[in-house]
Amino acid sequence: MDGDINATAPGTTPPDSDPARKRRVHGMLKLYYGLNEEGKTVDQAESMDPCDINGPHFDPEVYLNKLRRECSLGELMDQETCMVKQIRSLDSDMQTLVYENYNKFISATDTIRKMKNDFKKMEDEMDCLSTNMASITDFSARISGTLQDQHAQITKLSGVHTLLRKLQFLFELPARLNKCLELQAYAQAVSSHRRARCVLQQYSHMPSFRGIQDDCHAIMDKLAQELRQKFRDGGSSAKDLSECVELLLQLDEPAEELCDKFLSHAQSRLEADLLGLEAETDILEFIDRGCNEFVSSLCLVIASYQELFVNRPQEGELASKNIPQMAIGKLHAFVDALATRYFSLVERRIQEEKSVGDNSLLVRALDRFHRRLQAVAKLLPGSAVPSQGTEIVVRAARERIKQYLAALQSFYLNSLTDVRQALAAPRLATGKDAPASLPELLSTLSASILNQIKSVLASVHLFTAKDITFSNKPYFKGEFCSHGVRESLVVNFIMFVCQSSRQFCESAGDRGGSTPPALLLLLSRLCLDYETSTITYILTLTDEQFLVQHHSPVTAVTALCGEAREAAQKLLNHYVKVQGLIISQMLRKSVETRDWVNTIEPRNVRAVMKRVVEDTTSIDVQVGLLYEEGVRKAHSSDSSKRTFSVYSSSRQQTRYAPSYTPSAPMDTNLLSNIHKLFSERVEIFSPVEFNKVSVLTGIIKISLKTFLECVRLRTFGRYGLQQIQVDCHYLQMYLWRFVSDENLVHFLLDEIVGSTAHRCLDPAPMEQSVIEVICERG
Amino acid sequence: MEDDAPVIYGLEFQARALTSQTAESDAIRFLVGTQSLKFDNQIHIIDFDDENNIISKSVLQHQAGEIWHISASPADKAVLTTCYNKTSESRVVTCGAVWRMPPEWESGSHESPDDPHNSHNPQNLELLCHLDNSSHGNASCVLWEPMGDGKHVISLADNHALLWDLTESSTQATISSSATLEGKGQLKFTAGKWSPHHNCTQLATANDTAIRGWDLRTMSQIYCIENAHGQLVRDLDFNPNKQYYLASCGDDCKVKFWDVRNINEPVKTLEEHSHWVWSVRFNHSHDQLVLTGSSDSRVILSNMVSISSEPFGHLVDDDDLSDGEDNHQDEKTKEPLQDSIISTYEEHEDSVYAVEWSSADPWLFASLSYDGRLVINRVPRALKYHILL
Repeated sequence: MDGDINATAPGTTPPDSDPARKRRVHGMLKLYYGLNEEGKTVDQAESMDPCDINGPHFDPEVYLNKLRRECSLGELMDQETCMVKQIRSLDSDMQTLVYENYNKFISATDTIRKMKNDFKKMEDEMDCLSTNMASITDFSARISGTLQDQHAQITKLSGVHTLLRKLQFLFELPARLNKCLELQAYAQAVSSHRRARCVLQQYSHMPSFRGIQDDCHAIMDKLAQELRQKFRDGGSSAKDLSECVELLLQLDEPAEELCDKFLSHAQSRLEADLLGLEAETDILEFIDRGCNEFVSSLCLVIASYQELFVNRPQEGELASKNIPQMAIGKLHAFVDALATRYFSLVERRIQEEKSVGDNSLLVRALDRFHRRLQAVAKLLPGSAVPSQGTEIVVRAARERIKQYLAALQSFYLNSLTDVRQALAAPRLATGKDAPASLPELLSTLSASILNQIKSVLASVHLFTAKDITFSNKPYFKGEFCSHGVRESLVVNFIMFVCQSSRQFCESAGDRGGSTPPALLLLLSRLCLDYETSTITYILTLTDEQFLVQHHSPVTAVTALCGEAREAAQKLLNHYVKVQGLIISQMLRKSVETRDWVNTIEPRNVRAVMKRVVEDTTSIDVQVGLLYEEGVRKAHSSDSSKRTFSVYSSSRQQTRYAPSYTPSAPMDTNLLSNIHKLFSERVEIFSPVEFNKVSVLTGIIKISLKTFLECVRLRTFGRYGLQQIQVDCHYLQMYLWRFVSDENLVHFLLDEIVGSTAHRCLDPAPMEQSVIEVICERG
Repeated sequence: MEDDAPVIYGLEFQARALTSQTAESDAIRFLVGTQSLKFDNQIHIIDFDDENNIISKSVLQHQAGEIWHISASPADKAVLTTCYNKTSESRVVTCGAVWRMPPEWESGSHESPDDPHNSHNPQNLELLCHLDNSSHGNASCVLWEPMGDGKHVISLADNHALLWDLTESSTQATISSSATLEGKGQLKFTAGKWSPHHNCTQLATANDTAIRGWDLRTMSQIYCIENAHGQLVRDLDFNPNKQYYLASCGDDCKVKFWDVRNINEPVKTLEEHSHWVWSVRFNHSHDQLVLTGSSDSRVILSNMVSISSEPFGHLVDDDDLSDGEDNHQDEKTKEPLQDSIISTYEEHEDSVYAVEWSSADPWLFASLSYDGRLVINRVPRALKYHILL
């Protein structure tokens, strides 16, 4: 369609024959209808075909020829009608367009004409306006010129006004100050005075100002006086006080003096706090009160002091005086002095805290104490106060450990007393039932000690709890655990147990029997148990609980075990000694008190021997409760039926006979015989092993040796010898079963009978069969 | 340099009483009293020839009874006292008596060891006087005044201490004063010692577990160490060179050294024996040497340097010691300031009831066990030189 218009345009609108002009109009039209050069080129590119009726290169001749060649008549006819139809519609379209365009041209022409007229009118009005503006400017300039003088006058007047107001202020100042003084509005007074001071100073050569200045001075002096008075009164709070100081400082009071006064005032109040503290009884309340009253007041004092003297912006001549340095020095001295007094109070109070029942109270108190001191540390860096506080805590902890050790020790001793009573009491009541409770007593004792240790460890452990502020101090991490708890407390306690056990051996040894033998036995077993397991357990427990890192050398478990074993051995030896002594004493008395020369023919085993056997049996039972059986040499089948050779000693004597030969070496054969006879030298008070047989052997050895020595000191008649024979046979019958080597009993009893025979005036031994009858009857 | 082997002498009877002949300062001579209920008892005079290591003996008959204690006069070699048991009418009484040895024993009856027959015909002791104390009970021991003129003896009888004056060449004995131990029960002196210090005015006695000191001028007690030993106190001896020092031993197997000015604690305690200690003796010249005998059949020689009168710090020359190096007993003597056991002598097979230093040779001592065996020993040579040089 575009192509049609373009093609037909030159024909229908030929107003401009100039192709360039035509071209421009064409372009404008194209613009109007929204076409562009590109569209055209696109068209050009697309339809070079001359047969395309809508293309720009359409050639009617070619097209006609083509139609004629290609189409039949019918088709041509159709083509023709179709073409005619199209041409018609195109024609009508074109007519419409032309008409429209024409209308538009006409209206445009009208508009342009109207505009021309309007512009002309506007130009006239603009001219008028500019003339008016020029006249306005002229007027305005004239007005401002006239007003200039008056403005300057007003400015001057207002300046005078302010000056007058200032003057008025100055004149009113004394009155105002007085009023302030009356109302105690010191701050206002001071600030007012400060404002006026410079001026007054400057104009002091003028009498009127001088008067004012003097008045002000008088008033301010009074004010300062009053402030100082308030200072001295000491009734006011720290805040009031600090305000006071601030004002005084502004009044050019000497800072040093003020510092001193401030501090001395604070001191009097803090001392009152301290005095109040002394009455407090409960440790937690004491610390609380100390913290809340003293420490917080101290903090407040420090804070306000620093606010006043140290952290003030330096201005004017104050800067040159170097107040902060002086002030801080004073503050440190002040705080140190007070803290020392406080600490001494606290320390004294802590020392009074002796009851070891509940450690948490003390730890909490110490924690609070320590925590509050951190505030001081923050306020006053570089102060020795917190470290001193920590030291107090450390000392308290040390002291505590000592107390716990003492408590443990007294607990141990008390338990021992209990055990003693338990050992003594039922014996009175129920006789032989008492020994049955030995193992129970042992387990109760060791369990209660262990429990006590555990509870003490738990108590002490509070010192290292995570939520306690001082627990992360190096002391509590290292030395407290290893040196304090492990060494001073646990190791020392174990040592104490061993040592106190040993003391039983020593103190009782000379007095004899002050310690019940059963207790010795029990303690020996306790120490042995400690050696085998308990010590290791306790130390492992401690190490685990306190994560002990051994920086310094600590007592080794083996050393403690050795100590315990030694104690156990000593106790058991002592037990043997004591029991042996008891039996020995019976035997000794029985030998010493009898007139053996004039005794009657034996009818019975003496009661003493029965007692000995009974006692030995009960000892056997007692030891058996706590110690294992132990090994013994095989018994001969007829251990109890052994006969004594009464003349063994005399035989010995005959053997000795050839050795009269003075200084001559003895017959070697004989020597070897004798050595065989004595191949086992009997060690009477030798250490025993930790078993029943060994213990019993020891006791019997001691008893029989005593018997032997006593017999040798006496002289016997015939029946005396026979009585000893009977007694020895009786002992033989019953004692062999207790010992590890029955030959030992045989040997000692042989010796006794032999020695008796030797000490006999009329050695006529009793028939063996008679002896047996008597013994069996007994 | 080997130490000489111990010399052993056997008596045919059991014996408890041993003393050195105090007045004899040349010959090494010990007196042993026997205990026999069946045969006549004897006093064996045992001479030891140090050069040749030979023992020679003389036997004197002591027919009065079995001898429990024997003591030689410090003034007269021939005079001695014994305590003996006398059995009469089924009663056993212990008596004390002063005897004189017959003058011929030394020259005449010196037997050769090969001739046992001579011993069947020994001489009798000549009785000088009885220390007649029938009113005071059984005599447990008789003590001569140390270094005295042989005119004074003390006998301990049950709970009495009797001071006797011997007159008329010791043929007359009169009680000049006496002291009695008062107390509960039957108190009995078990041992005593006359102190050689303070002009011989002090006596120490033992009864049960207590040791008491007596002033002989007033016959009153001056100190009492209660519970000196856990059990019976068996013997006492004064340090001959330190006037307040006293050694005691007893049934608790311990030997204790006391300073009688401070009786609360012993100065030193030895616990080396494994049975009762029956006898303790300071060496007369070198009081660091202490001899003890025990019923564990052992004799122990201890070197108590720390409480001796000899000054500390004898310098030890290595040369001196190197000689004794091979001697097994000497190792401990290398540390001169240490109290130590010098040696344990195990030659006895029965209880040793008496030990005694020779009065003539300070390096020689005898011990007597119940079975009648007398053993003469010497201080180890290395130690001897160590002390001397």
